[in-house]
Amino acid sequence: MNSAFGALLKRDLLLAFRNPGDYATPVIFFLVSTTLFSFAAGTDNQLLKAIGPGVIWVAALLASMLSLDGIFRSDFEDGTLEQMLLAPAPMSLLVLAKIIAHWLSTGLPLIAASPLLGILMNLDSFSIAILVVTIALSTPVFSLVGAFGASLVVTQKKAGVLLSLLTLPLCIPVLIYSVSAVITAAAELPVTGHISLLCAFLVFSLTVAPFATAGSLRLMSGD
Amino acid sequence: MLEVRDLVGVRSERRLFENLSFSVRENELLYISGRNGSGKTTLLRILCGLARPETGEILWHGVQIEEIETEYAQSLVYVGHENGIKGDLTVIENLAFDRVLRGNPTMQSAHEILDRLGIERYAQIPCRYLSAGQKRRVALARLQVSNARLWLLDEPFTALDEPTQEIIIDWLSAHLESGGICITTSHQPINWSQLKANEINLGEQS
Repeated sequence: MNSAFGALLKRDLLLAFRNPGDYATPVIFFLVSTTLFSFAAGTDNQLLKAIGPGVIWVAALLASMLSLDGIFRSDFEDGTLEQMLLAPAPMSLLVLAKIIAHWLSTGLPLIAASPLLGILMNLDSFSIAILVVTIALSTPVFSLVGAFGASLVVTQKKAGVLLSLLTLPLCIPVLIYSVSAVITAAAELPVTGHISLLCAFLVFSLTVAPFATAGSLRLMSGD
Repeated sequence: MLEVRDLVGVRSERRLFENLSFSVRENELLYISGRNGSGKTTLLRILCGLARPETGEILWHGVQIEEIETEYAQSLVYVGHENGIKGDLTVIENLAFDRVLRGNPTMQSAHEILDRLGIERYAQIPCRYLSAGQKRRVALARLQVSNARLWLLDEPFTALDEPTQEIIIDWLSAHLESGGICITTSHQPINWSQLKANEINLGEQS
C-alpha cells in the first residue's frame, strides 16, 4: 500500500516538474504583487514596516489559491482519478500523497521567496524569521483545506471563484494568527502562543482533510 | 463469481434499468449490448464500485462488494471511457504507475506487454503525442500488469485497428481460459462466438 503512496507522490512531482507553469505561477504572483505594493506605498519606511506582514500574508494566501483549482481537475478529466478510486490502497492515503506533492511544488517556493519579501518590506530579522515559520506552517494548511475545496468543485469546469469562496473563509483564522505572530515578533514579544495555534491548525487539517477529500471525491465521481 | 441482484440504475434522475439480475461465473464473458444512453457505462461503473446503485446488491464470491472493498479492488481491473493515462508521462511511466497502483503484479515486463501491442518503440514518448488508438492501447496494457480476475471493459475497441482488436480478443480468451471473468460493452461487430459469451441487452429488458 505504501508503494502506491510513494509512486503517486513521485508521479505528481514529475508532472509538476514537467509543467513549470504550475509551480512558477503562484511564486511569481507572490513576488510581483508584494513588490508592487512596496512601490505603491511610497518611500515611508515605517509605513512599509507597519503594513509589511499583512501585505506579504495576503499575497501568500492569494498565491496559494491560484494553484488549487488544478489539484484534482486533470486527474478527473483524464480518468486517472477513477483508477485511484479503484485501487486497493486507501483513497485517503492517495489523496495525502497528492496534497504533499502539491505543497512541495507550490508551497515550498513561497516559503523560499518570503525572506526576500520581508527584506523588501523593511522587516527586522527576527520578524522575517517568524514570517518564514508562519508561512511554512500555513502553506500545508492551505494545500489541505484547498484540496477539500477542490474536491467539491472537481466536476465544474471553471470553478476558480467558487473554490476561493469555499476555501478562503476557512483560511482566515490562519491568516489572522500568522500576521499577528509577525507583528508581535516585531514588537519583540513572545510568539509561542501564535505558533502553537498554527501548529494546531496544521495537525487538525492534516487529520481531517485527507478523509474528507477522499469521501468527497468518491461522491463526485459516483455521479 | 459475480452476482447481481435486483439492480436499479439511475442517472440524472432517469431510471436506466430496473430489476436487473444476472451472474457471471469463472471462464465466462458477459457482453452488455444496448443503444446509446441505455445505461451500459452506468452499469459498469456500478459493478466496479465507482457509482452506487439506487437499490440492489452486487456479490463477489457471495459477499457484498461494499464489505470487501480492498479485496474486490485487488480482483478487478477497469478500462473506462477515459483512458486513465497521463499525457505528460511517457508510455512506460504510465504503465509502471498502473502496475504499482493496482498491486498484485504479473511477471510480464512492461516492455513485453508494449511489444505485444506494437507500441514498444513509443515507450519513451509522452502519451499526449500518441494517436487516439495508441492511447487506447496504453490503457488496455493495464489488463496485463496485474493478476486481476475480473475485467470490466467499457468499449475496449474504440479507435483500435483490426490487428490490435485481434490481440485484445486473444488476451480475452487467454484470460477466460485461466479462470477469469470479463464483462464488456462494445458497439464494434465482434465475433464473440469464439469466446464463451452471454449477452444482456439493456434496451430490451424492462
